[in-house]
Amino acid sequence: MVTLNDYLFASGLLFAIGFAGVLLRRNVIIIFMALELMLNAANLSLIGFSRYNAHDGLPDYNGQVLVFFIITVAAAEVTVGLAIIVALFRARQTTHVEDMNTLKF
Amino acid sequence: MMLFFGGMVVLNRNPVASALSLVVSFLALAALYVSLDAYFIGVIQILVYAGAVMVLFLFIIMLLDLKAESRRQVNFPAVCGGFVVIILFIKVLSDVCYGFDGGNAKFPPISQGPQGDVWHVGMVLFQQYNVALQVVGTLILVATIGVVILSKRELK
Repeated sequence: MVTLNDYLFASGLLFAIGFAGVLLRRNVIIIFMALELMLNAANLSLIGFSRYNAHDGLPDYNGQVLVFFIITVAAAEVTVGLAIIVALFRARQTTHVEDMNTLKF
Repeated sequence: MMLFFGGMVVLNRNPVASALSLVVSFLALAALYVSLDAYFIGVIQILVYAGAVMVLFLFIIMLLDLKAESRRQVNFPAVCGGFVVIILFIKVLSDVCYGFDGGNAKFPPISQGPQGDVWHVGMVLFQQYNVALQVVGTLILVATIGVVILSKRELK
């Protein structure tokens, strides 16, 4: 029997993988994909709790609506971020974070 | 499967392979949503993430013509620090999950009646969260304008 804990643990592991990607990889686009993984981990735990808090035979739809908003904002964020990456690439010809050190003190 | 392909996203050196693993990971995540009776969110996940967002990622990767990363001099303390943080995170996570007794209860049964899942999500979305929905719509509009300006501007 699959319980809430299994979903929460899967969500946490997915978050950890995304976190590892952000910390360990040095390519901006892959860091960006890892950010998406972390957002989706949060969504998975929200859906899990929404299902767990079912009452009157219905899941808690507030959680699902929050996931809907997160997906929308994430899509907007991806477009803006990729536009910034393209602009950076045109200026610098690289997507490697260690080559972007103009702001470094 | 979702976790395996999520790991492949991080481990692959080639960005295209990494993006394709991300697609499979998102599809498996959509299957998990459906198994949690969230059909609407599952479909939206496939359409928005596996469709739109991943096309965008692949388009940018192809446009920038990224090759597989060559192995660089790694910053050793940073990589070690990263691994330590991740391992501590997983440790805390397992402590929390298995110390949480409520999580071991079974899911309550649900019966959706004549109206489907989409009907209920729509009712909540348009009645309780109407203002938030319009704010998000404005946010997307602003993001679109921002992207157009960002990509039209001449770089100095």
